[in-house]
Amino acid sequence: MSVTTLSSQGLAQRQPSWLVRLFDYKPFLIVMCLAPAIGLLSVFLTYPLGLGIWLAFTDTTIGRRGVFVGLENFQYLLTDPLWWNAVFYSVVYTGIATFGKFALGFWLALLLNNHFPFKSILRAIILLPWIVPTVLSALAFWWIYDPQFSIISYLLVDVLHWRSSNVDFLGSAWPARFSLIAANIWRGIPFVAISLLAGLQTISPSLYEAAMLDGASAWQRFRYITFPMMMPILAIVMTFSIIFTFTDFQLVYAITRGGPGNSTHLLATLAFQRGIAGGELGEGAAIAVSMIPFLVFATLFSYFGLARRKWQQGESND
Amino acid sequence: MTDTVAQTAAVADAKAAPDTMAWDSGLRRLMMIYLPLGCFVLILLFPFYWMAITSFKPNAELLNYKQHNPFWISSPTIAHIKHLLFDTSYPRWLWTTMTVAIGSTTLSLIASTLAAYAIERLRFRGSPYVGLGIYLAYLVPPSILFIPLATVIVQFGLFDSPLALILVYPTFLVPFCTWLLIGYFKSIPYELEECALVDGATRLQILRRITLPLAVPGLISAGIFSFTLSWNEFIYALAFIQSGANKTVPVAILTELVTGDVYQWGALMAGSLLGSLPVAVFYSLFVDYYVSSLTGAVKE
Repeated sequence: MSVTTLSSQGLAQRQPSWLVRLFDYKPFLIVMCLAPAIGLLSVFLTYPLGLGIWLAFTDTTIGRRGVFVGLENFQYLLTDPLWWNAVFYSVVYTGIATFGKFALGFWLALLLNNHFPFKSILRAIILLPWIVPTVLSALAFWWIYDPQFSIISYLLVDVLHWRSSNVDFLGSAWPARFSLIAANIWRGIPFVAISLLAGLQTISPSLYEAAMLDGASAWQRFRYITFPMMMPILAIVMTFSIIFTFTDFQLVYAITRGGPGNSTHLLATLAFQRGIAGGELGEGAAIAVSMIPFLVFATLFSYFGLARRKWQQGESND
Repeated sequence: MTDTVAQTAAVADAKAAPDTMAWDSGLRRLMMIYLPLGCFVLILLFPFYWMAITSFKPNAELLNYKQHNPFWISSPTIAHIKHLLFDTSYPRWLWTTMTVAIGSTTLSLIASTLAAYAIERLRFRGSPYVGLGIYLAYLVPPSILFIPLATVIVQFGLFDSPLALILVYPTFLVPFCTWLLIGYFKSIPYELEECALVDGATRLQILRRITLPLAVPGLISAGIFSFTLSWNEFIYALAFIQSGANKTVPVAILTELVTGDVYQWGALMAGSLLGSLPVAVFYSLFVDYYVSSLTGAVKE
């Protein structure tokens, strides 16, 4: 097509107009526009994803090409107590942290939805934990959880006299697990709160007025107006939150590195330890791949479980 | 103040008796809104306060709670920051992080603007599916990809080079930015482009002269978001960079400054504070764009 249009052009403008015409030819333009994004994503996302699944079925180590070993890696993982431990903690971590983030985040969103002075400044400040690099705030938590100089221990022991000895936050399994969950909740609250606040602001006030005229109590207004109206946004935010909490790496790596006694390994940190630090690429890839079923299940559950109303009604206005 | 409280209270609680309402709801408001809000702010900000105050405390004060109130500094010092800037490669790490963040942000903005324009404005058969595919890419977490990506990076000979990070970060930036920009392009009236087409403008001229200038707020939002995300990225930077000099700030602090059994908390916290400042400052300049991109993306 560009050739035929070209011949009708004046000779003087041939060179620029040939290029211009080529770039105005829609199919070519579409390909050119999509090329950078699709190219980057296929080379650095789709290809590695496939490669990762392939690696999980080989015995590759760093510096040696592996051979196909079938399900051997996965069979080994099933007998590995550390893997089971990581699965267990990943599920516990995701479950409790998601619940905490959403309960507190929703509460904070409801609080922020009121009118008070300096609201926009407050909203900006509240997002800080989410903006700051996670590893750096995790370091602050590590310092807060210090066995000897923890500021929380100081408060409890020397100021409030509630305890007689320092809290051992990271020294034993369960306290360490809950300390990490607390740090994760702290980091996640702002995102949940601000996203849900956006949802709250889209609910029409006339619904509340109508409910109040009918004599609905504050709880009833929340239960029958706010909550159902928030469902679609809750579903999306929760899907994201679950995916990124389950695959979390930074907090655990920065604060405990999986310790004490491997009790706080998440699947991602275990995969790193085996795959990169230990050099067993195949096994590490198998651990990473073993996250996929959990992720798919969690996504389907939170998305379809919560967004039920929406797809039942077949709404597609966004 | 009391006026507005009374007014909102009158709207909020029509059933209460008019005379006791103002005082009662004022107290109620304090208990139900300001008190919990205060607690939230206190808890959300405390780690930063603690980080900041630790970075300026001399070591003697840092580890002695009996004689010094830990919540305050009696003799502030900049020794930790000095140590960081002159005895370690901290400036180098900051520079690397900045380069990587700016490089990957630019790359992703270009790629996602073009992609969003093609999907939303050039409309071809299957364009919604391409959009969906790019969106799905956002749901693939880096924790699954870092091991195979490490082998890909080695194959390309980019191991231990910041260029690897610049090329890899768009994998999580492009999906988000594309998604955001599609929303922005949607809000620009198509009639404007039609007018330009009638006047004989080419597609690229339309993109450059009409669509992009109107989408500037979207571009800024996407840019800030990308910048903070790439500044904060950790797992790829940890896996792909080996030599001390090429590390980004979050990785370097954790792997280069945490040494031995006695942690230099002052220096660690000073490093964290300095590493957080650029994003915090950047964020505070564009906070409205940031919030709107966050919430806009959720609503989309």
